[in-house]
Amino acid sequence: MTKIIVPGRASGIVLKTTNPINFLGAVDKKTGVIHDQKYDIYKKSIQNSVLVFPYGVGSSVGAYTIYSLKSNNVAPAAMICKKADLTVASGCALADIPMIVLCDEEFNTIENGQQIQIDTESEKILN
Amino acid sequence: MDLTKEEQSALNGEKGDALQTAYRILVATGEATNAEKLIPINWAHLSGVNYNTIGDSGEEFLRTISHEAKVKVKTTVNPMGFDFDHISEFNHIDDEFIQKQKSIRNSYVRMGVEPTFSCTPYDIFDLPEKNTQVSFAESNAAIFANSLGGLKTNKESAFSALASAITGKSPYSDLRKDDIITPMTIRMKLDNPNELDFGMLGFFAGKVGDTSVNISGVSQPNRRSCKALCGGMGTSGTCAKFQFVDNEDEKSEKVDFGKEEMNEVYDELNTAEKGDLITLGSPQLGLEELSDLSKMLKGKSFQKRCMIFCSRAVQEQARSLDYTNEIERSGGEILSDCCTCLTPLIDTNETDAVTTNSIKGAYYLKNSTGVDVNLKPLSKIIEDETR
Repeated sequence: MTKIIVPGRASGIVLKTTNPINFLGAVDKKTGVIHDQKYDIYKKSIQNSVLVFPYGVGSSVGAYTIYSLKSNNVAPAAMICKKADLTVASGCALADIPMIVLCDEEFNTIENGQQIQIDTESEKILN
Repeated sequence: MDLTKEEQSALNGEKGDALQTAYRILVATGEATNAEKLIPINWAHLSGVNYNTIGDSGEEFLRTISHEAKVKVKTTVNPMGFDFDHISEFNHIDDEFIQKQKSIRNSYVRMGVEPTFSCTPYDIFDLPEKNTQVSFAESNAAIFANSLGGLKTNKESAFSALASAITGKSPYSDLRKDDIITPMTIRMKLDNPNELDFGMLGFFAGKVGDTSVNISGVSQPNRRSCKALCGGMGTSGTCAKFQFVDNEDEKSEKVDFGKEEMNEVYDELNTAEKGDLITLGSPQLGLEELSDLSKMLKGKSFQKRCMIFCSRAVQEQARSLDYTNEIERSGGEILSDCCTCLTPLIDTNETDAVTTNSIKGAYYLKNSTGVDVNLKPLSKIIEDETR
């Protein structure tokens, strides 16, 4: 675990995308579904997943989108990125969604559809 | 990140819920930016004002926190959903939207912000002296502040800027220091670029660049083009700063922005051959742009609705200088407090496609509002859409 941005414990099925995510532009805050067709996870729901993506991009208001996802019970259980950005970090901090950053090597070993557990206290990711 | 005793006690909740929330955000963003400490800032600019973007949970969060929190530094805010002085004219905006938007406005005012409702604070206020630390959310404003205003800010999020406003502090990240590693150089290869080209250059640079980029091959773009560059860059990436350079740094990685790269951006964002209406302004127009526009519109009339967005402060200045006469005579509709991006004044029931010169506007019109976009530079809009 390279860096813990928001501590916590969570488990879920990995939803992994190669696309950086613009939360305001690409995620429906009421349903948690990706509605930008340029994403490789277009039409997929991020609800209860361990969302694995390179980093967040675009509007600073994306932080509110993450908070709304949590309030609407459609948020991911945890987020894993390659690079931390302020929008995702602050959105996860307020919504209390565990968020960690992994180095490229660790990031690449995580596979779509895999069930994983994250525990930032013991700094472990378990399959 | 090291916290002082006072900061640690606020994080532990000993100074109330609002400050605890603010410090939790600052600690997460501090970790995200590799900051070793928090430093004072003296101006915060907040995003997260439009009900369309923050929704019910955002409205509720602001209502709750505003009963406890007060801003500690000068704080300006982004546009909301509609022009507050003309609500009664917007029949198709439902009552719930208006009530929730009013609540959000009241929450910000209760915390002590200046009710600017503008994404272009740099067009309203004189900027503080060079190297002043500020916290600007609203990506175009952060990029403008770092690149053209000589200020220092992270590309803040809505929450990190709010936390900075309430505490007067922000993480001391790399962007706030002077030692950024040699950034990538984007070579501008287009001849005589207009503001649309600069917007596309920004969108491209945001995608390929990291925290900061150098741009070569550009000489003295006007303010409209500079703002388009900031808007485009802020939309697509995490890049928070650019620098025009005359000589390319040998150590810097080079990437060309030519016809091919431009066409790729154009094809991604241009999805219609014509629009049902025109919008000008994302970022909102400044005084110089309104002055230009009034000259370009002399003796001409728009053949369809043209919405022109600027801040209230700029609109008032433009009125006193008579720039607005020619614009309104031509049929242009000047709107304040709001902007192309996510305004409920544009919706899919009445509009299939919008003509605009804004790359940022195009992205959010397409992806959030759900309408198609016809991209054209301002000169072409006036040529095609007026008589």
